[in-house]
Amino acid sequence: MNSFSLEDKEDISIVLCGAAGQGIQTVEQFLTHVLQEDGYNVAATKEYMSRVRGGTNSTEIRISSKRVSAFVDRIDIFIPLNKTAIARQRKRITKDTIIISESELIKDEIDISKYKVIEIPWTELAQEIGSKVYLNTIAAGLIAELFQLDQEIGKKYLRNRFASKGEEIIQKNFEAFNKGCEIADTLISEKGLKIAIKKSSKKDKELLYNGASAVGMGAIAGGCNFICSYPMSPSTGVLVFLAKHAHDFDILVEQAEDEIAAINAGLGAAYAGARAMVTTSGGGFALMGEGLSLSGIIETPIVIHVAQRPGPGTGLPTRTEQGDLELVLYAGHGDFPRIILAPGSLQDAFYITQKAFNLADKFQVPVIILTDQYFMDLYYNIPPPDISKISIEKHITKTEKGYKRYKYTENGISPRGIPGYGEGLVRADSDEHTEDGFITEDLDVTRVKMVEKRLKKFDEVKKNVIPPDLLGTDKYKTLIIGWGSTFTAIKEALDIIADKEISFLHFKQVYPLHQKTKEFLEKAEKVIIIENNVTSQFSKLIKLYTGFEIKNKILKFNGMPFSVEELVEKIKKIEEV
Amino acid sequence: MSKKNIFDMDDIDIAWCPGCGDFQILTTLKEALVELDIKPNNLVLVSGIGQAAKTPQYLNCNFFNGLHGRSLPVAWAIKATNPELVVIAESGDGCSYGEGGNHFIHTVRRNPNITNFVHNNMIYGLTKGQASPTSRFGMKTGIQVDGVILDPFNPLTIAIGLDASFVARTYAGDQKHMKEMMIKAIKHKGYALLDILQPCVSFNKLNTYQWFKERIYYLENHDPTNRLEALKRAAEVEKFPLGIFYVNEKPTFEENTEVYHTNKKPIYKRERDLKKFSEKFL
Ligand SMILES: Cc1ncc(C[n+]2csc(CCOP(=O)(O)OP(=O)(O)O)c2C)c(N)n1
Ligand code: SF4
Ligand SMILES: [Mg+2]
Repeated sequence: MNSFSLEDKEDISIVLCGAAGQGIQTVEQFLTHVLQEDGYNVAATKEYMSRVRGGTNSTEIRISSKRVSAFVDRIDIFIPLNKTAIARQRKRITKDTIIISESELIKDEIDISKYKVIEIPWTELAQEIGSKVYLNTIAAGLIAELFQLDQEIGKKYLRNRFASKGEEIIQKNFEAFNKGCEIADTLISEKGLKIAIKKSSKKDKELLYNGASAVGMGAIAGGCNFICSYPMSPSTGVLVFLAKHAHDFDILVEQAEDEIAAINAGLGAAYAGARAMVTTSGGGFALMGEGLSLSGIIETPIVIHVAQRPGPGTGLPTRTEQGDLELVLYAGHGDFPRIILAPGSLQDAFYITQKAFNLADKFQVPVIILTDQYFMDLYYNIPPPDISKISIEKHITKTEKGYKRYKYTENGISPRGIPGYGEGLVRADSDEHTEDGFITEDLDVTRVKMVEKRLKKFDEVKKNVIPPDLLGTDKYKTLIIGWGSTFTAIKEALDIIADKEISFLHFKQVYPLHQKTKEFLEKAEKVIIIENNVTSQFSKLIKLYTGFEIKNKILKFNGMPFSVEELVEKIKKIEEV
Repeated sequence: MSKKNIFDMDDIDIAWCPGCGDFQILTTLKEALVELDIKPNNLVLVSGIGQAAKTPQYLNCNFFNGLHGRSLPVAWAIKATNPELVVIAESGDGCSYGEGGNHFIHTVRRNPNITNFVHNNMIYGLTKGQASPTSRFGMKTGIQVDGVILDPFNPLTIAIGLDASFVARTYAGDQKHMKEMMIKAIKHKGYALLDILQPCVSFNKLNTYQWFKERIYYLENHDPTNRLEALKRAAEVEKFPLGIFYVNEKPTFEENTEVYHTNKKPIYKRERDLKKFSEKFL
């Protein structure tokens, strides 16, 4: 019965699918953490409905001999936990997919005899242990054993996870875990369900984080000490992360009454000397528009994290899209400089968020970090960031008598004082103002000079743009353009295509554009842009600032991220013409 | 104004109409600040937008002249970032109760140790005379051509209803009372609302000095710790009692927030410990 063997695979994709509240996330958390600790490369992505109970959610866990960090369509092992699971994932289930399930859940949906089905009476087994709730731990044990997990790691995890529930519950979970292992052992010996994924050879301890935590860690390393926000999926994870670590790092975390309050509080805090941040999604950011513009005129730094989800309106609250680039680019009335960053990897998310605080402080401008639902929820193991490479750069000056908050300077950046630090008075004014911050209607001199002063800072910003990353040769024929969260899927797709003439240019700073952008584009015979939105917002931005029009576009806007396979197929199709 | 006050500014062009109640508020505020021995560089005046919101421009101190309606989130955040500062949010009735209504409600609940002076002229002054949330029923304006058909917003009952820490009302026409109220409000630990009845001589032809004079009276024999009694007095419609309606001593936002539980140092003065970062995450 070798047909169940997965021994030839370098990379296994396991999908769990069930209703919200059934504990899929518990299994995901368990498997990613313990397998990672045991030395495997893991990655996990989620897709879920905007509901707390019921519906059909799924999680994909990849365990691989190489590093993995993107979503794939392929399912090697499928574990449906409710009756709608098969229907929901039907497109992805093939004759090669091993389905581990209770027959009750799948018999009406597929012809069991035609698929690689392994029937396990989960519910009955769980009930033998004491309750249906142990089903998750049995499933987790089963998968863990297929990977020959060091059982001590599994038990240690369970002990921690259920520590607050008491010894009896811990023991029950051990029993469930062992049950899962036993089943796996039979599957290995009787069905030949063998897996031969290699553990990684990395010596140093790796970190396993999701996008929300990576942004949160970057904020902590960036010196963030004030965050005020209003909950909104998918941005809340960052607020939760900072709240969780607030005590250790002296961070003031406050849930605002609305996003307008959040950004105004952020600016008030920054005016008084805090390193302030807000986190939100498109709808909440829309409410912050006036505050963004306020940051522009009062020249007060703020870091704004926008985790995108599909709009317009409430849109698809728990899904993904890169549809708010133009929103953050044009939001806020009047002209003022801004910086827009878009991390592609979890490492980027850390370094870029860290840097965002330094940039905001240095140029006294709003810095926006664009991520999305897919990125917030994406997990994979990464090498620990190198702390020696970063520093918290502060640009606050002690004021003297006669201090002028908006003093004209050569590069437009006025030394920033804060109230109570020095002898000077600090006047921040949302009205057009004089150098010392008083309201003015002197149009011909002061107004004009102040506008120019603020825009001069943009020239400085432009000298400090993070260059796009070029993956592949610089003698490319085809150049793929991507920004933000699509990085890992595009990279993996190109590894599979393995065409030396195709290179990939990824932008983690999308505004202002790096000065070499046009040069990169003009060198290519063919340029393809890949974006998770319907109008190709980034190619419009590129056209505006370089004059270069990108004709080939791969766009997706159904609320799901790109899978590696679909990118392979779509890139190949364009390459063939 | 007799002798020079440290909050006085030289050569300023004040944008208010002659006779406006805002002048009395400005003068009295400066006197109160001197009496409290507050240092200009230790004071931050936070305002929104409107005629009242121009007040900070005319005082020698730090200020944050922010957006219409948004003075309170700015003010509590400044105080929370540096509790050593004296923070006063000062704006108009439209700014504070209309555009900023949601912030008003939640700042009362948050109870930061800040003072809130609201110039209540029952009109939008800066935008030339539209109804404000506190405009009286029936008042005609260029927009409310048939008269206001909404009941007026009562900031005092709302604040007392939310169990605010300090709720008082004064009148720009009585500088002595106003100064006493300002001093008490600033000294109070916690969010202190002082609603200041202020005649707008240019656009509010209904609520004039005379109109207020006929309707104000001073709270006497009132126990400000009695919430129900405070509500009753604040709810009066025909008359406007002046004085302290309600005082409810309770911990402030800064005291309640964990960052200041043991360490009193303002957060902006603390250094991020990257070693601890490594220990925690790496
Ligand atoms: C977001 C926004 N909406 C509207 C305005 C226009 N506006 C400026 S001041 C004001 C009303 C001012 O009334 P109030 O707060 O009572 O102050 P007053 O001028 O009466 O002192 C309005 C509507 C604005 N500046 N910003
Ligand atoms: S418009 Fe009214 S409130 Fe404004 S300055 Fe003139 S009188 Fe005062
Ligand atoms: Mg008014």
